[in-house]
This record gives sequence, structure tokens and C-alpha cells, in this order.
Amino acid sequence: MQPAKDTLAWMYEKMVTSRRFENAIEKIYMEGKSPVFNMADGPIPGEMHLSDGQEPVAVGVCAHLEAGDVVTATHRPHHQAIAKGVDLKKMAAEIFGKATGLSGGRGGHMHIFDAEVNFACSGIIAQGMGPAAGAALSRQIQGKPGVAVSFIGEGAANQGAFHEALNLAAVWKLPMVVVVEDNAWGISVSKEASTAIKRNSDRAAAYGIPGHYIPGNDPLKIYEVAGEAIARARRGEGPTLIEVETYRLAGHFMGDAEGYRPDGEKDGLFAKDPIPVMRTSLLADGSFTDAELDGLETSAQAAVDEAIRFARDSADPKPEDALTAVFA
Amino acid sequence: MENERKLTIARAMAEAMAQEMRIDPSVFVMGEDIAELGGVFGNTRGLLEEFGKERVRDTPISETGFIGAAVGAAQDGMKPVVELMFVDFFGVCFDAIYNLMAKNTYFSGGNFNVPMVLMTSTGGGYSDAGQHSQCLYGSFAHLPGMKVVSPSNAYDAKGLMTAALRDPNPVIYMFHKGLQGMGWLGTEAGAITHVPDESYEVEIGKAAIAREGRDVTIVSIAQGVHHGLKAADALAQQGISAEVVDLRSLVPLDRETVRASVAKTGRLIVVDEDYHSYGVSGEIIATVTESNMADLKAPPRRIAYPDVPIPFARVMEQHCLPNADKIAAAARELCGAPVPA
Repeated sequence: MQPAKDTLAWMYEKMVTSRRFENAIEKIYMEGKSPVFNMADGPIPGEMHLSDGQEPVAVGVCAHLEAGDVVTATHRPHHQAIAKGVDLKKMAAEIFGKATGLSGGRGGHMHIFDAEVNFACSGIIAQGMGPAAGAALSRQIQGKPGVAVSFIGEGAANQGAFHEALNLAAVWKLPMVVVVEDNAWGISVSKEASTAIKRNSDRAAAYGIPGHYIPGNDPLKIYEVAGEAIARARRGEGPTLIEVETYRLAGHFMGDAEGYRPDGEKDGLFAKDPIPVMRTSLLADGSFTDAELDGLETSAQAAVDEAIRFARDSADPKPEDALTAVFA
Repeated sequence: MENERKLTIARAMAEAMAQEMRIDPSVFVMGEDIAELGGVFGNTRGLLEEFGKERVRDTPISETGFIGAAVGAAQDGMKPVVELMFVDFFGVCFDAIYNLMAKNTYFSGGNFNVPMVLMTSTGGGYSDAGQHSQCLYGSFAHLPGMKVVSPSNAYDAKGLMTAALRDPNPVIYMFHKGLQGMGWLGTEAGAITHVPDESYEVEIGKAAIAREGRDVTIVSIAQGVHHGLKAADALAQQGISAEVVDLRSLVPLDRETVRASVAKTGRLIVVDEDYHSYGVSGEIIATVTESNMADLKAPPRRIAYPDVPIPFARVMEQHCLPNADKIAAAARELCGAPVPA
């Protein structure tokens, strides 16, 4: 299943939007954090987990989703949020902790929630799995259309919640797709050192559901496999587990010295950076011209600039608003 | 009154759920052994037969999975009722409870609501030892973002369940096993009360005066209320008039009713089957001493579970549990009354 040209354009533009967004966040994050790096300082305090390199997974999957479909994301959620259609201005403002943010500054970068597009996060590893199964159950009980996609990292496959939710989804045949972004590292511990089997997609066999492994961080291949899985879920045939080989081009979080990486690993990953790879491929097969791709990049950059400007210009929340919104 | 219909707490809970399920298609129930069996503690009996497997579903033994799923379903517009069979099992699923259920409303700035009920059994006294006998309500009440209720009788059990099902927030509904009315477990007779046929709510966050009195206020919740009432009976024979406050809810906590009662009696005893330290008894005492110190004629007292795991042996467990004798003895001391012969 090859994406149509407009879908390809959308995928490329969202990948670029995500990368440019992360580039902007990365730069602003460091404001006020030098010469001494203190996570609490600067316009964006706290932890920051960038998604550079993992964009193909988000767009390859979300290209098949509607606003009404549900996504649960992780502590590294920006690319997934952008691909799902989360409001970029409000998301940027949330990351800055501003009053105009999605949650008025209560959540920050690890807790991006946008009910308009059914997007939720948990900063706890694998804890989006249960809620995704529940959203899928909700659609099944109500007979309402929609699938739930839970994005997780490869480290999450060693969590109990992963197995409990997969079993639940399988035994109840829920319209759910689990997408494992295998960036090979759980902070500093490699997948090889932490995980007894090479491919988490093989774990699907334990639940009697299809499992697919996608090598090469290839957005088109991801689009194809995710499309089949999501269509299968929509047909009521139950969940699918997909693991995608992807690359974490940044550290686990900003400030991570990445001393645990083997020499040369980062250089090798940058050589495979999926955005230039996709650009080259779209040009090589003649489906896009330079001008068309430049236009998509310009439009992506404009969206990012607008979002960052909105976030910077927005006011801080009233401190005492910390005491509100605990209950509905 | 003779002809009034009386129900156990188990029956009252099931009736509240059934009545709400009839009018609200978004309500569904899931948990371990809640469908075919009707709940280990009887509180979902009859629901499967009336509403079918789609809305009344037995789950795998996967509390993290299905409580997390309830959060996702609630955020998607459903009203799940989930059962954690014993509150002691919270250790395997607390992330779904306090990091998801209790925080997603706040983290989303009200973007998402999490309207769900988590019902769970509490309490000991029947030699089930320390992984099946705890109350732990203080641990839940300590963490912001979830309401916490625990009925002492069937009337409140039905009304609180109905209120919980209509609340847009997550509600922890804790039912004490000793009050549940299960034949095989032994039951406090005072928990079996008149329950109206029709649907009604008992407001979450509103305490009740279970017995009026002048000389000492006994504050408790669930089983402790019955201990307090029995102590009040014994004290009355000695001319000591005890007022018994049934908190019914820990979150929100009806601090005004507690303060008003102590303002009247001048003496406070808190009866708490949860652990002594860092818990409900300390919170109730602080509620009074922070603002009404001058009302106190004597230092407040607490009859709480000591800070030890709950033992198996009957004599050891009973030694640790609150009871009417301990409460009455504390009340006599506070009132300067002699120990009766």
C-alpha cells in the first residue's frame, strides 16, 4: 500500500515540522542554562526528551488516524502529538508552562493532553497501554468507530502493564494497535542488555495476535504495516503489535552526555537521518520536485515559528491556579 | 418500620449500580470475579443476568491492565466501575490509580475528565492476615485527585454509590468486609438497614451524626462507626453522652461537622482501623486543633490500628483492632469518669 501523493506530502511536512520544532525547543531549552547547566533554569525548565530521528514512526502510523481515534503517548511525545494533530501553538505554550498551554501549564512536556484529537500521555513507562485498551474497549462496547494506538518505547515491553494490556486487548479482541519505537536505548541501557529476545514483535505470539517488525526507520514501510494493522482493528479483528527500528538522534534527555554509546554510533545514525533520506528518495523517484519539498519545509517552519512565538508571548499562569482543576 | 425493606451493603451497592445502568448506558462494570460469581463480596450479584457480558465483565487477574483500561474508557466518555478485590492488592496497580486516574484531570487542565468508580474491600477481624485485611483508606485520601468514600450502612452504601456513579471525578468506594453482609464472613447487624426502592444520592463529602451526644465526640468511618455506637451505648449507662460522627467520605472531608461536634462536646476520640501514624486519625485531630483548640477540654485521643502489619492469630489481631471497650475506656478517661465495676 503506497501512500497517495498528498499523504506523502503530509508525512514529509509533519516529519519536518516535528524536527524543526525539536530544533527550536532544543535551542530555547539551553537559554539560561549556561555556563552552568541547571535543569530548573531558563524559559523551559524540567526534563526534555527530544524525538529527533523517530519521526517516521509517528507519521507512518498517524497518517491512518482520524481525530476521533485515540493515541496514548510517552514521555517523548512531541513527534506523536504533531502527527496526531495536537494544536501546535497550545502544545508549545504547555511546554513553556504558559497559561495558554493545553493544560494551562499543569502538565508540561511529558503530559500533553488534547481532547480535541483524543491525545493523552503518561510519563510512566508503558502506562499508556491500559488507557489505550480502555479507549478501545469503550468504542467496542458503544459500537462506535475508532481505534486506539499506544506508542511505547522498546524498554516498555519489559513492563507488566505492557503484558497485562496486550493480553486484555487480545482476549477481548479490542480495536487497538501497539507501536513500539525501538530506539535501542532505555536511557543508558541497551535493548540487548535488557531484553531477552531480539524483537519485541515476537512477543505477540504469546497473546495470539499478529506481530510485525519493521527495520530501517522507513516511513513508507511503517505506513504500509500500520495501515494493515489499523484496518484490521477497524474491522473488529483485534489488536496488532508492531515494533519499528528507529533512531534516537538526541540523548535520552537534554543534558545527557551519552557516554554509554559505542564510538561512532551517533555518526552512523546521523548518516541515516530519516528526513534527508526521505527527501532524497522522494526526489529520486520523481514524485516530488525540489520546489515542492522546499515549499513543505517552509510551511513546516512557519508553523513552528508561529507556535514558538505564541508560547513566548503568552503569559505565565497565575501561581494560585496551581490549586485549581484537581477535580472536574 | 417493621415492614421496611432492609438490605445488606452488598445488596445496596448492586442495586445502586443496576438502577444507574438502566438509565445510563455509559456505565459498565469490570473486575475479577464480578460477573459469573457476582463479586467475591456479593456487591455485583445479579448484574450479569440483567445487563449481559458486554457491560458486566470478568477480567483477567491484571489490575494494572484493567484499571488503566478504566481510565482510558472514562476519558473516552464511559463511566466504568472497576473492582480491586482487596484494597491490599493496590501494590500491583497503584500507578494506574494515582498517576493516571487521579492526575489526568489536572494534567490535562480539565481537558479530560476521568469519571469512574473504583470499588474495593477493606478491613480485617477475621484472621486473613496482613495482605487481605488492611484499610489503607488514608493512603488513598492522602493523594490528591480522587474522592474517597466508605459507607457504614446499607442506606449510605446505595446513596454513595449512586452519587459516585454520577460524579464527573474518580471515586474510590471502599466497602468494609465486616459490614458487607456476606453470610460466610460474619456481619455487623447495624450495617443492615432500610434502603428505599427508588434511586437516591448521599452527598459525597457530607458526614452524618450517627448518634447525638453532649460530652464526647467519637469520629469514625465504616466499621469504626459501629464500634463507636456500641461504646456510646455502654457510656450512656454511666451517664456519659457520646456523639458519634460517621465521616462517610474522607475526600472531600466534612471538617465543619467534626468541628461543630467538638465545639459542642469539648472532647474528641478518633476511631481509625487504618494504621495509627500519618493517617486519618491525625488529620481529624489536626482539623480540630488547627482552628478550634479552645473548644477542647482535654487532649484528643485516637484508637487506631498500631503501626504493625496485621497478624494472623486471632488473639493478636483482636488485640490490635479498635473496639467498643477501647473507645469507652478512652471516653471515661477524657470525661474523668471511673471505670465501672
